[in-house]
Amino acid sequence: MKLIFEKSKAGRGCDILPSCDVPVVELDDNLKRQKELRLPEMSETDISRHYTELMKRTFGVNDGFYPLGSCTMKYNPKINDEIAKLPGFSNIHPLQSISTVQGCLEVMKKAEEYLCEITGMDGISFQPAAGAHGEFTGLLLIRAYHQARKDEKRNKIIVPDSAHGTNPASAAMAGFTVINIASTKDGYVDLEELKKVVGEDTAGFMLTNPNTMGLFDKNILEITEIIHKAGGLNYYDGANLNAIMGIARPGDMGFDVVHLNLHKTFSTPHGGGGPGSGPVGCKENLIKFLPLPRVEEEDGVYKLILEKEESIGRVKGFYGNFLIVVRALTYILTLGGNGLKYASENAVLNANYMMHKLKDIYKMSFPGPCMHEFVMTIEDLKKEKGVTALDIAKALLDYGIHPPTMYFPLNVHEALMLEPTETESKETLDEVVEIFKKVYEEAMSNPQSLHQSPKKTPIGRPDEVTAARNPVLRYHF
Amino acid sequence: MKDMLFSKTHEWIQFLDETTVRLGLTDFAQSELGDLVFINLPEEGDEILISESFADVESVKAVSNVYSPVTGTVSRINEELLDHPELVNESPYEAWFVEIENVREQHELLSEEEYQQFIHEEE
Repeated sequence: MKLIFEKSKAGRGCDILPSCDVPVVELDDNLKRQKELRLPEMSETDISRHYTELMKRTFGVNDGFYPLGSCTMKYNPKINDEIAKLPGFSNIHPLQSISTVQGCLEVMKKAEEYLCEITGMDGISFQPAAGAHGEFTGLLLIRAYHQARKDEKRNKIIVPDSAHGTNPASAAMAGFTVINIASTKDGYVDLEELKKVVGEDTAGFMLTNPNTMGLFDKNILEITEIIHKAGGLNYYDGANLNAIMGIARPGDMGFDVVHLNLHKTFSTPHGGGGPGSGPVGCKENLIKFLPLPRVEEEDGVYKLILEKEESIGRVKGFYGNFLIVVRALTYILTLGGNGLKYASENAVLNANYMMHKLKDIYKMSFPGPCMHEFVMTIEDLKKEKGVTALDIAKALLDYGIHPPTMYFPLNVHEALMLEPTETESKETLDEVVEIFKKVYEEAMSNPQSLHQSPKKTPIGRPDEVTAARNPVLRYHF
Repeated sequence: MKDMLFSKTHEWIQFLDETTVRLGLTDFAQSELGDLVFINLPEEGDEILISESFADVESVKAVSNVYSPVTGTVSRINEELLDHPELVNESPYEAWFVEIENVREQHELLSEEEYQQFIHEEE
């Protein structure tokens, strides 16, 4: 497919502007650009076809099964967009008078209250624009907490090896030294290892529970207590909250700070330009450090708090990606408390159903039952037939399903991590199980063929190595 | 591979003299990682500690830490690797990462034969 710049024809265009009804004013020469902007010049027909062609080459949850582990690619109900489209939400400006956007502030406050209830936190900020941004903000809260107590020797964040790659990266960005600890053979936090590394330099501990192996850490209360006793704080990565909504709360497990991914758990748009939202929640004793602005209510009147002495300040312009919060609140209100719990129960049920149906063929990294996701290892296939997790993932593309997460978590070799989510029917799961079986049979009988997969997609195997070593990130005119 | 010793975290070590070593990644490690696309090295003069990560390597699959089997001071880094990470895949035992001087502490290291045995058991 040609790039839009390659399709450009000089002089062609589709701008039909009304004639100017005000006197023309010329800018001074020093304010004018020296060269014309090099925009593609095309007719509306060709632009429309270009983007339709691109659209046909993408794959989303509206196209088919999308079991990308730890990403919670659930279906996003259309009502979320209907509500976000209401003019009272979509036609506002962040600088207009607060008295004219009371309803919008109420949405932020209500969403904060509900998410506090779901997570067991006492305050939440919607400012972070994505999950990793939420992690970074949460870690700044932990740093502010220790600094306020003049306990500045605490510079280490402990992260288990099963953590999302963003955890150590966020901790390093926030100025901490990262201490990695290995998991036990069963995939849990190793209590003995943890006890060995905690001390008076421990600032905090980052964990997602259930973890990336899809296992709920039964020692969670003991883990968080070890950290608290050492003087550190516990950070909950909300990536896997979809497994426990309405059933268990990070706040009750001993966590002090939480970030959520509204685009995972609360069905807002996922990737592809977002915008995202990674709210960060905390316990009462940390609320004063939360970023600004914050919404507060007094006698039914909502206001934006712009200054607070101990706040870590702003981490983004204005107050988060508002329409994403509208979508998340719509989702929460549509499902209700029981509905959210039912969603989590079904997310866990669907994962266990798939795991059970596949376990006689594919080798599971950890015996079930699992929570909302599970991890398979292709290690044996690699040894016997030279077929890798990548080959299996590529072969799945030919059957019109998105591959699972590959090569993650890092403590499992040749990992494939599946998270079917609650929004898939039993019929879809059955179909997909058959496809996974077919691909396995192909791997056994004709491994060479799998090395050449996919065969039906517009692009076969892009040269990822050259792309990463010599990235071409812009068009060269 | 003459005079090389190996760690259980898949680094090779070559003693240049009694307290100076070169470190690199083993052939097994590079083949497990796949094609490397980026390498992060420490700076000359950095103190590195036994069992701690002193470099990281990125493949199309993942970013992985490289752990030090010794404690000492970085005296040289192999800058060529920064622009040519593929050298580690092509000739892992020539593509050294760093030279470390004042080596004060070291893990129990394996001979080539013991290392091969170790990989075999791991598998």
